[in-house]
Amino acid sequence: MEKRVVFRSAWLPFVLVAPQLAITVVFFFWPASQAVWYSFQLQDAFGLRTQFVGLQNFATLFKDPNYLLSFRTTAVFSVAVAGIGIALSLLLAVMADRVVRGAMAYKTLLIWPYAVAAAVAGVLYAFMFAPSIGIVTYYMLHGFGVHWNWVINGDQAMLLVIMAAVWNQISYNFLFFLAGLQSIPKSLIEAAAIDGAGPGRRFWSIIFPLLSPTAFFLLVVNVVYAFFGTFGIIDAITQGGPAQSTTILVYKVYHDGVKAADLGGSSAQSVILMAIVIALTVVQFRYIERRVQY
Amino acid sequence: MVERRPWLDVLSHGILILGVIVIAFPVYVTFVASTLPLEEIMVAPMPLVPGDRLIENYSQALFAGTSTGSRAPVATMLFNSTVVALCITIGKIVISLISAFAIVYFRFPLRMFFFWMIFITLMLPVEVRIIPTFQVIADLGMLNTYAGLTLPLIASATATFLFRQFFMTIPDELAEAARMDGAGPMRFFWDVVVPLSKTSMAALFVIQFIYGWNQYLWPLLITTDESMYTAVIGIKRMIVGGDAANEWNLVMATAMLALLPPAVVVLVMQKWFVKGLVETEK
Repeated sequence: MEKRVVFRSAWLPFVLVAPQLAITVVFFFWPASQAVWYSFQLQDAFGLRTQFVGLQNFATLFKDPNYLLSFRTTAVFSVAVAGIGIALSLLLAVMADRVVRGAMAYKTLLIWPYAVAAAVAGVLYAFMFAPSIGIVTYYMLHGFGVHWNWVINGDQAMLLVIMAAVWNQISYNFLFFLAGLQSIPKSLIEAAAIDGAGPGRRFWSIIFPLLSPTAFFLLVVNVVYAFFGTFGIIDAITQGGPAQSTTILVYKVYHDGVKAADLGGSSAQSVILMAIVIALTVVQFRYIERRVQY
Repeated sequence: MVERRPWLDVLSHGILILGVIVIAFPVYVTFVASTLPLEEIMVAPMPLVPGDRLIENYSQALFAGTSTGSRAPVATMLFNSTVVALCITIGKIVISLISAFAIVYFRFPLRMFFFWMIFITLMLPVEVRIIPTFQVIADLGMLNTYAGLTLPLIASATATFLFRQFFMTIPDELAEAARMDGAGPMRFFWDVVVPLSKTSMAALFVIQFIYGWNQYLWPLLITTDESMYTAVIGIKRMIVGGDAANEWNLVMATAMLALLPPAVVVLVMQKWFVKGLVETEK
């Protein structure tokens, strides 16, 4: 798509794009290329000498059981966050689309968690579920006999960060599902009702298939969110622990690079993550192109 | 409403009310904790009705800070958060608006190359280039400065796309008429493009304000000086150890103060928020 009418100037367009490009080059392309460059280097323990080692950092990574474990953790975490988040928000959106009275009020009351910072969401959940003073911890022990201590129990720690992440992302999913539901023509639903399809049948045979593009889009967005957007939650609640049970890939890049100062290894991880983001972005855009066509 | 199903209506309202309660509960607990004296929080279970320390807790958090963790007063942090969020938001809108204008309304060498350069930044989130970006900022001497906190986050592929998309829908006749009347490109930009883009700007403003206010990893890396902490970082720095070591009443008051501004922006500008969210993701 191009404009027919354009302005002419030899210098003005360059001046107009210059700020955006300057920032892009200085803070995106230069650091990203540095990351690639460092990923082929090995630094000695004091950071005094570096040596070109080719793919050795990558080879070391894929032999490192901790790194492979982090892949598994990330997979479990992102599948759970995306799956639970999408299912819950779909349920709420279908219900909000059904009710006539109070629909606006429900919408308003469900969208605000989007405004809460990931790290703040993490602190809220860490407080509610704190092993000794947490109010939810207390009632779980006294009501259900569950001993809740995510500081030492890895599975419970994982469950906690999943809950916080789902909570933080639910309003986003909800809004997209609600918009999707409201764009389904009412005549389709009415025709099915006249043909004798009940609410359950209408949902599975008509509404759900029509929502599947939205659901697929949200799946990609939620996986990207679980990969990158949840850093604040993990850092605020578990710092990747206990025993690395919540160390997702992004957290490991941060931990190895900033805390353990392993420049080569952390950069190699960054490069692998970049490859994952590129793959996810391509999936997202291919799909969106398809959606635009019909 | 297709048919009357009273039991289904009851179920729908039931699920929605349950959802609203479950979603609001963490913030309610936070609010209650922020109004209690520390001793009452420390004895589980803490009460679920607000206490009488609202003013004491908030004024201590705002002007004095905690005594165990970070000692920075939260008022400073809120000021920093506001500056950072506004710089990021306005910066993004301005540079995206002018670069989209150049890409849509001019033909010049390397135009598509520049466009793709901006596009690719989508694939380089700050999380994957932490250390090299940190080094760039350190080399430029921008650690612990507002410029360091905001500049690396100001480039925006999504905002550029949104404006480009919108400019494409502005009828060509307007540009033609402007040219015929002898208006130059910048005159056209100020008198036609900017006024028409107000809706898109409002939508972007809400989304980017929340994005800027809620930044975590980047300020965590480059602020070492307490006076430069943003509110979100401040909370993290107040938590120093196990459950008993923290002044939870002050931490929770700070959490409320940190989440209120973006929540108010979302609720007050709900219409723009929804529009911005749905459109920036295209």
